[in-house]
Amino acid sequence: MTAVAKAPGSAPQPSPWTRLRASSRMHRSLTILVGWALVATLLPLIVLIPPLSTFQPQSLWIDGFSNAGVFILLAMGLNVVVGLAGLLDLGYAAFFAIGSYVYAFGASPFSGLHIPFWPMLLVGAGAAATMGILLGAPTLRLRGDYLAIVTLGFGEIVPAVFLNASSLTNGTNGIGGIYKPTIFGFQFTLENPVPYYITMVGILAITMVLLYRLQDSRLGRAWMAIREDELAAASSGINTITTKLLAFALGASTAGLAGVYAASKLTFVSPDQFGFQVSFTVLAMVVLGGMGNIWGVAAGAFIIYTIQAVLLKELNQFFQALHVPILQNIDFVQYQYLLYGVALVGMMLLRPEGLFPSSRRRQELHESAGEEPEDVAPPTELGE
Amino acid sequence: MSIDFRGVVRPILIGAAALVIEWLLLGSQQFSNAMVLGAIYALIALGYTMVYGIIELINFAHGDVFMVGSFLAMWILTTVFGLQGPVTNVVNLIAILAIVLLATMVGMGFIGMFIERVAYRPLRHAPRLAPLITAIGVSFILQNIIAVLFGPSPVNFPQIVPANKISVLGAQVPVLNVGILALAIFLMIVLNLFVGRTRLGRAMRSTAMDREAAELMGVDINLTIAITFFIAAALAGAGGMVQGLYAGSIQFTLGFYVGLKAFTAAVLGGIGNTTGAAIGGFVIAFVEVYATVLGYTEWSEVAVFSVLILVLVFRPSGLLGTQLGERA
Repeated sequence: MTAVAKAPGSAPQPSPWTRLRASSRMHRSLTILVGWALVATLLPLIVLIPPLSTFQPQSLWIDGFSNAGVFILLAMGLNVVVGLAGLLDLGYAAFFAIGSYVYAFGASPFSGLHIPFWPMLLVGAGAAATMGILLGAPTLRLRGDYLAIVTLGFGEIVPAVFLNASSLTNGTNGIGGIYKPTIFGFQFTLENPVPYYITMVGILAITMVLLYRLQDSRLGRAWMAIREDELAAASSGINTITTKLLAFALGASTAGLAGVYAASKLTFVSPDQFGFQVSFTVLAMVVLGGMGNIWGVAAGAFIIYTIQAVLLKELNQFFQALHVPILQNIDFVQYQYLLYGVALVGMMLLRPEGLFPSSRRRQELHESAGEEPEDVAPPTELGE
Repeated sequence: MSIDFRGVVRPILIGAAALVIEWLLLGSQQFSNAMVLGAIYALIALGYTMVYGIIELINFAHGDVFMVGSFLAMWILTTVFGLQGPVTNVVNLIAILAIVLLATMVGMGFIGMFIERVAYRPLRHAPRLAPLITAIGVSFILQNIIAVLFGPSPVNFPQIVPANKISVLGAQVPVLNVGILALAIFLMIVLNLFVGRTRLGRAMRSTAMDREAAELMGVDINLTIAITFFIAAALAGAGGMVQGLYAGSIQFTLGFYVGLKAFTAAVLGGIGNTTGAAIGGFVIAFVEVYATVLGYTEWSEVAVFSVLILVLVFRPSGLLGTQLGERA
């Protein structure tokens, strides 16, 4: 990655804005890193502005952003499977669970082990990817909707196994007292949310850079080819099984990463954290954000998480304070999944490409619109 | 949707063999439980398989249609008839059951048609992922509407059938179990005759075979698909009412697991094949009850989903195969 600074103005005409856009397109990885740094600095400041600062103190907001980050990571991972490769995975939470439990086994009083957090990130991702391959290898030959059901079944089996294999997993009670990360002797604590926040932003930025580069690689283009027409892709020499398997493994490893982080932050895992609600929530995030568009999906995850974690509660208090006859009796948090359902149906009917669509996906979903894609964003290999 | 007569002998043989093995392994008492459970799964599996046969959509919301059906039946029993306990007069009992069954089936049929019209028809030519995702959305919506209307905790279903037992093959079996099985078999025979012998049934089969060709032959595709959804949802409604009578309490999450198991049954029997779906329902119920008998109650769901994965991996066309084979 060549981190070339913005070229000094050789061409005098274009406005600074156009030049910034052009150069950010050239150096996308750098742009993503800078973008994340900017967002990560601004978010804790934005919540100090009045309407937001009244909801909860800044430290709680930062803590919430770290939790939102877990879902952003999950959504970006699921996006590889659903958005790029076009495989519907309804048991995605299973890989999240595997990552969490791997860390719980590796670093808790329950197992007696204490493996440091940082290598465990990779171990968790690797374990989830392995499970993804084990599940995917026999099932990816199946057509899309069968795969959806198999993954749904898998998503139910994994928590059930963690629940019932009590001698290994402590059953319903779950595993508690999981060790928190340390870095160079600095111990993460629950009182100070900032180290967790910075860690999450780092993970997200690196993951996003990797995913963007992957998307424009030979592999990424193969995924999209399979999504658009599997038969044609196979005829063009793409090994569809291996390619789909890679998408599956990659999506799973991202969920494993998220799982390790979540376990280390919550310091507790139990089987009921990984029900199908998690899988469906993440799917709703991907659909809402715009399947296939990495940053759109991340934005969708952030929006949905913030709505469910903060705004619905605020809405309750708001209407209770107003004493509006009907509205004050409604518990908006209770309607969360109803809203997801309406959002999924409405989105598919009215705007199937999501809030922030990728140009290619939009064309695909509005097939009647025109024959030739006008702007398919040719993959630029210029950033090296 | 297979009602070909070449395929009649083999299913009957497989079914009979399965029944005998089940009976030998479970003993009469558990066998009757497995048969009731199987009847419920079969009624739902028929809906999955018919819808899949005709528009190649896995209707994720179908399990929740079943759940709504049991709430509708409960609502009719408690609110319209004001019943809570057993009805001892046999004539009254049968009349009430028949009315509730009919009302539930018709009501659910229209709900099924409505869902198809709103959520699936506009997406008939969209990429396959789109209707699957709306189906999940519909499933969420149905669950949460019920949770809002009837509350999130389990609700009692009035036990209007007295707990009398009759002797069948040396075992004391509740009357209800026998009635449920008889009803399920009756509905399946009616369905079989409808699909095999009527004009609409022929339209359904031809639409399943080749939609465009059927349209060119003058079949009203929209009507045919709507009728398919009506029948599927009506059968699920009957299943829902039966489930309520059998289990005694119902909850808004009921549809998820039962739906998944019924789908497994449909896949096991060969999706798109109605006879297969019925047999699959009984096999899945057997697996579940047998796991309980062996003392692995908490593993019974894992066992069912493992069956699903194994069938899909090793024999995706199911036990009886299908006319609408897996297209790569």
